[in-house]
Amino acid sequence: MRGKPEAHQLVAPGSLSAVLELLASAPGQWMPIAGGTELMVAHAAGRLGAQKLVSLWGIRDLRFIESTPESVVIGAATTFRDLRAHAGIQTQLPLLATAASWIGSIANQSRATLGGNLVNGSPAADSAPALLVYDAEIELISVRGKRRIPYSVFHTGYKSNAMVADELLYAVHLPSRFQRHRQYLRKVGTRRAMAISKVALAGSALLEDGLIREVRIAAASLAAFPARLLATERALTGGPIDSNIIESAKAALLSEGKPIDDIRSSAEYRIRVAANLLEEFLNQLRTAVSPT
Amino acid sequence: MSTRWPNTVFTVNGESRTVNVPPMKRLLDVLRDDLKLTGTKEGCGEGECGSCSIRMNGELVNSCLVPILQADGAEIQTVEGLEANGELHPLQKAFLACGGAQCGICTPGMLMAAVQLLAVNPHPSLAQIREGLAGNLCRCTGFIRIFESVVAAAAHEKSPPPLQALDAR
Repeated sequence: MRGKPEAHQLVAPGSLSAVLELLASAPGQWMPIAGGTELMVAHAAGRLGAQKLVSLWGIRDLRFIESTPESVVIGAATTFRDLRAHAGIQTQLPLLATAASWIGSIANQSRATLGGNLVNGSPAADSAPALLVYDAEIELISVRGKRRIPYSVFHTGYKSNAMVADELLYAVHLPSRFQRHRQYLRKVGTRRAMAISKVALAGSALLEDGLIREVRIAAASLAAFPARLLATERALTGGPIDSNIIESAKAALLSEGKPIDDIRSSAEYRIRVAANLLEEFLNQLRTAVSPT
Repeated sequence: MSTRWPNTVFTVNGESRTVNVPPMKRLLDVLRDDLKLTGTKEGCGEGECGSCSIRMNGELVNSCLVPILQADGAEIQTVEGLEANGELHPLQKAFLACGGAQCGICTPGMLMAAVQLLAVNPHPSLAQIREGLAGNLCRCTGFIRIFESVVAAAAHEKSPPPLQALDAR
C-alpha cells in the first residue's frame, strides 16, 4: 500500500441530490467513486490524483434496472453482478449479460458498475461494444437537470468524454428493438478469466430476404476509445452475405481500425484478430441465411 | 481516540465493531491492522489475486478495493468467521482432507470465494467452480486439489468424486 489514506477526503452524502449539490458546489473538485475497482487500485499504487472523493455506493437512485417492452434503463451504479443476474437483461440484451460475465472475477463483478466502466473510458471496456451495437443512450444528470446523448458520441478521446464538470452519469438507455437481430460478441484476451481484452468485437444485424437490412459493428481496443466501425457497417448494409461482401467488409475494418501497440498486445495482432472476428460473425450470418 | 475522522460502524463475523480511521483506509488494512484479523491476506493489492476476498452483505468482494467508509453499516464475514462452536466449516475440513491448501496465502480467499459459490449454488458443476474461483490465484496447488475440496464439501464427503464426472453435468 503506497497510497496515503489520510491524504484523501471521502464523503458519502447518501442521496443522489446531495451528491449533485456537492458536485455543483465545486465543479471538477470531487471525484465520484462507486465500487472502487479502478480508483482503489490507483490508490494502493499511490497514484490516485483526486484529493476529494464522493461515494456513490449504496445510493439506491443510481442502482436500478427498469425493463419495459420498449427499452431497458440501467442506473449507473448497477453492478455487473446485477446485470448478469437480471432475467430481462439476459433475454432482451444478451450481449450485455455476456459482457458482464467477462468483467474480472465474481468479486470484481459484485462491486464494478456499468457507469464506472463507461466513465473510466478504457479503450478495452468490456461493456462498451455491446452498448454500441444496441444504440445505447447515456443520460447525464446535474443540479441543472438531465440530458441524453447517444453513447456513440460519449467518448471524445482517450479517457475523455462529453460530461461537464458538475455532471454525473445517471443511466444507460437501451432500446429493445434489437431482439430480432442476429447478435455476436467475442473477446480475445490472454486467458479466459480475469484478463483485460486484447481486442473485442460486437455485431448486430437484421436480415430480411437474405439481405442485410441493418447492421452495427463495434470494437474495443481498435481505437483510443470503444467505437462503432462505420465504414465496415456501410460496406455491409443492404448487401447479400456472400464472399465478396465479407472481403470488402474485412478490408473496410482493416482500413478504419487504428489499434496501438501496448503491454497487452500489438497493433498488428489486434487488427488481424478483429478482422477474423468480423469474418466469424459474417459467416454465422451466412449460415443463418442459407443453412447447409 | 481521534475525532478527526468519522466513526465507521460495521459488523464483523456477527460482532459490532467501530473504527475511527481515515475513510479512504482500505477495509483490508482495517481488518488486519485495526481489528487484528490477520486471516485475510494481501496479495496483489489491485483486485486481481483474490487473497483478500471477504463477504460483505452476502457478496464476495476484494477487501483491498473497499474504502472503509463504504463498509459503514455492512455485515462482513472473514475467514475467522467460518468456524462455529470450535468446529471448522465443512469447506475448511474439505481443504484439509483433500490437500487444498499448501503455502496458505491464497487459502482464506479461496475459502471465502468457495463459501460464496456454495451459498449461491450448492451443487456447482466443475465449470461453475472454476468460474466461482477464477478471481483467486494459487501458485502452489495447480488448483485441482482446491476444486476437489469444493466438490467434497458440496457432496459432504471427505474425499471427492473424480472431477471428470462433474464435467458431464
